This record gives sequence, C-alpha cells and structure tokens, in this order.
Amino acid sequence: MENKHLISITDYSKEEIFRILDLATDFEKNPNQNLLDNKVIATLFFEPSTRTRLSFESAISRLGGKFIGFTDSSSSSVSKGESLKDTIMTVANYSDMIVMRHPIEGSARWASEVSRVPIVNAGDGANQHPTQTLLDLYSIRKTQGTLDNLNVYFVGDLKYGRTVHSLLQAMSMFNTTFNFISPEELKIPDEYKLFLDKKGLKYYEHRDFSDIISHADIIYMTRIQRERFSDPMEYEKTKNSYVLKNDMLENTKPNMKVLHPLPRVKEIHTNVDENKKAYYFTQALNGVYTRQAIITHILGLKK
Amino acid sequence: MEMNDKKLQVSAIKNGTVIDHIPANSLFKVINILGLDKIETQMTVGSNFESKKLGLKAIIKITDVFFIDDDINKIALVAPEAKLNIIKDYKVVEKKVVEVPDNIKGIAKCGNPKCITNHEGIVPKFTVVNKKKVAIKCHYCEKITDSEHMKIF
Repeated sequence: MENKHLISITDYSKEEIFRILDLATDFEKNPNQNLLDNKVIATLFFEPSTRTRLSFESAISRLGGKFIGFTDSSSSSVSKGESLKDTIMTVANYSDMIVMRHPIEGSARWASEVSRVPIVNAGDGANQHPTQTLLDLYSIRKTQGTLDNLNVYFVGDLKYGRTVHSLLQAMSMFNTTFNFISPEELKIPDEYKLFLDKKGLKYYEHRDFSDIISHADIIYMTRIQRERFSDPMEYEKTKNSYVLKNDMLENTKPNMKVLHPLPRVKEIHTNVDENKKAYYFTQALNGVYTRQAIITHILGLKK
Repeated sequence: MEMNDKKLQVSAIKNGTVIDHIPANSLFKVINILGLDKIETQMTVGSNFESKKLGLKAIIKITDVFFIDDDINKIALVAPEAKLNIIKDYKVVEKKVVEVPDNIKGIAKCGNPKCITNHEGIVPKFTVVNKKKVAIKCHYCEKITDSEHMKIF
C-alpha cells in the first residue's frame, strides 16, 4: 500500500522509494511543472531550519503551488501554549498538505494521526528526517548508478546524527557494507549495530580517520558539535581529528563522492570544494527535485 | 501451642486468583496495572519472600476476582515470570503463565523525555521488540525503552 504521509523512512518499501527516486529524476530533467496549481501547502517550522524550509518552498514554487506557514514557533500561536494537535487540526483546514519540522520526537507521527491532510515530516527532534534520507539515496544512486552492494563510510557524530541513522536504515535494504568512523564518545549506538547484525550486514568501526577511506564508494560526513561532549577537553582534542582535507582524497576510488547533509562548519576543509569528488552542494540541489517528487507522489499528482 | 497461635497465617482462599513469582520490586506496579487498589473483595499481599529464581518475590491472593488473559499479559512487562493459579473451592483448577504481548497501549510511559507522548496527552503505544528481556519501541518517537527504565502509569 502506498503511504498517505511521509513520517519515517522505515514506513517506505523499496518499491515506493524507487518510485520517488524515479520521479525525482524526472523533475531534474524538467523542474518547472505546474502540478500544484490551485494547491496550498503549509510549511510549519516549529523550530528554524532555513535550509530545509527553503528547499521545500523552492520545490513548491517550481510546481506552481502556494505556501503558507511560519518559520519558528515564536511567531505562531504555539507561543501562546496551543497544543500541536490543535495547530495541526486548524492548519489542515487551510491547506492541502502540511510539511512540518518540530523539536519533539514523534510529533510528526502524532500529527499524521490527527490531520485530515497528508503530513510530510521535515524533521522531528533527533528521530527522523526522511526527506533528507530520500535525497541522500537519490544522490547516491545518481552518482553510483545503483544503490546495491556499496561501501558507505559515515564520519563524525554517529551517535546523535539522525541523518546517519535514517540513511543506515534505508541503505540496509541494499546489501551495503558500512564503515563507521567516529570518536569513542560519538560512536554508532548499539541498537543500530544490532539492527545490522540481524540483517546479516557487514560493518566496521574505526577511531582513526585515515587511508581506510580508499575503499569507499560514499563518504558521508557529519558535523561534530561541541554541546555533544560531556567533557569540553575531549571536544578540543577530537574536533580536528575528523576533518576531511583534499590530500586525503588522493587514493580514493574514482567513483567516490563526498556527501554532507549541510550545514558544514569545519569538518570538510574548503580546499575539498573544488575536488570533483565533492558532491554536497549538488546533493542540496537534489533535495529540491526529491521534495518535488515526494509532494507529487503523496498527493497522487503524477501518473 | 502458644507460639502457633501468634503465627501470621496467610490463609488459602476459597475462590479467586493467586499471582505468584512477582519480583518484589514490581509488586506495586502489578497492583497498579491490574487496578487492585480499587477492588473491594479480600486481598492478601505478601512481599520479600525468598525466591531462588527472583531473589525476593511477592505474592498476591485475591478473593473472587478472575482476570481475562489480555489484562494479565499486561503485567508481563514488569513480572514476566509471574504465574497464576485460579482457585475454585480451595483447589487449583487452572494454572496460567503470563505472555508478553506483541503490542501494548497505555500501560507504560515512553522513557524518552523528548517524546511527544510525554508532552501532550497522548496514550503511548509500543511494539515489543524483545520479549525475554522486555524492551519496547515507541510508536511515536521510535526509541526503545528497556524494562529497567520502564515507568508504568
């Protein structure tokens, strides 16, 4: 059965994921299509996320739709103490679909149970960010020609990084070999290792960010944030150990691409940007096509 | 003989249910889950008995009360080893063991303080992901709560 909402990447089958990626390919060839004519999409950002919001609003605009909403909760009735349920039930009356970002985990699932219009989760706390996962999958398939049997390296904050967890869950459908490079304090949680064990997939953990990346098809970089460390000394020691520099890419495979969900701070040196293997800005562009695909797929506007 | 007179007798019940092998520290959770604080028939509760399996165990004897399986299975989250004896006319007519259900609704709280169920009045729902060492996955925030961190309403 096809989904009415997009809440968690784990709700989507391989077939439905492929359907969205194929639609995104179509939008990349032909981005301006008037499919959302006379449609209103609400973009409710209960916490700010400029990049995700602009990407959605760009996608809606390219489809000829209109959008309404707020960019952080201080400018909405939420600041008066309105419950999420009331906000969603009200806004569902004003729109054909709700795109929402919320700091509380599970908020999107809850919204989908009270809303009469489709909900697209644009991030619920540390839980899920499925449109990011789909654009990551799109970027991987586009650059590698396939999603099957790839060697994917995740680098940085693997403990709190929800983009890592969701992408790991999605890639586990494609016989991926995983490599996890992180400081001890931010290593991949046991529940994900157990998940991979159950699926019989290979994974390796590393503390050093070294020439082991020569086997990678994809290097997925993430930001290491100061506030994640209980010990600030530990942060100072580790912050420079997980930085990707241009010379490190010398012995990597020719098909290899560097991805990053952005915003980047210092974990990818700017001298990587000119390298052909740097893909993170194109990845962000792919986000617009992927979100066009998600919106039109859920609203059933594409045959 | 005098000594015997002063001995506390936990008497057998004529009709009702005996719940045995409750971990002593789960006793009050079991009482809560089954709503035993609200029943009006005779009930005997004993706790901190020595048990080879559990360390310290508790036992509850309730007169004239019988439970349906769905209710009984709810206590599996806190007392997975519990055994029930159904008593009719002083005789055990049936023995039951609890079974951890596949899904639970409204019994436990999600252990994640950032979960929506802990912020708005929502009945929490879970999938049981481990039945031996009970662990439940929140339907909303997708986080796993293990039995150690489980809070019962």
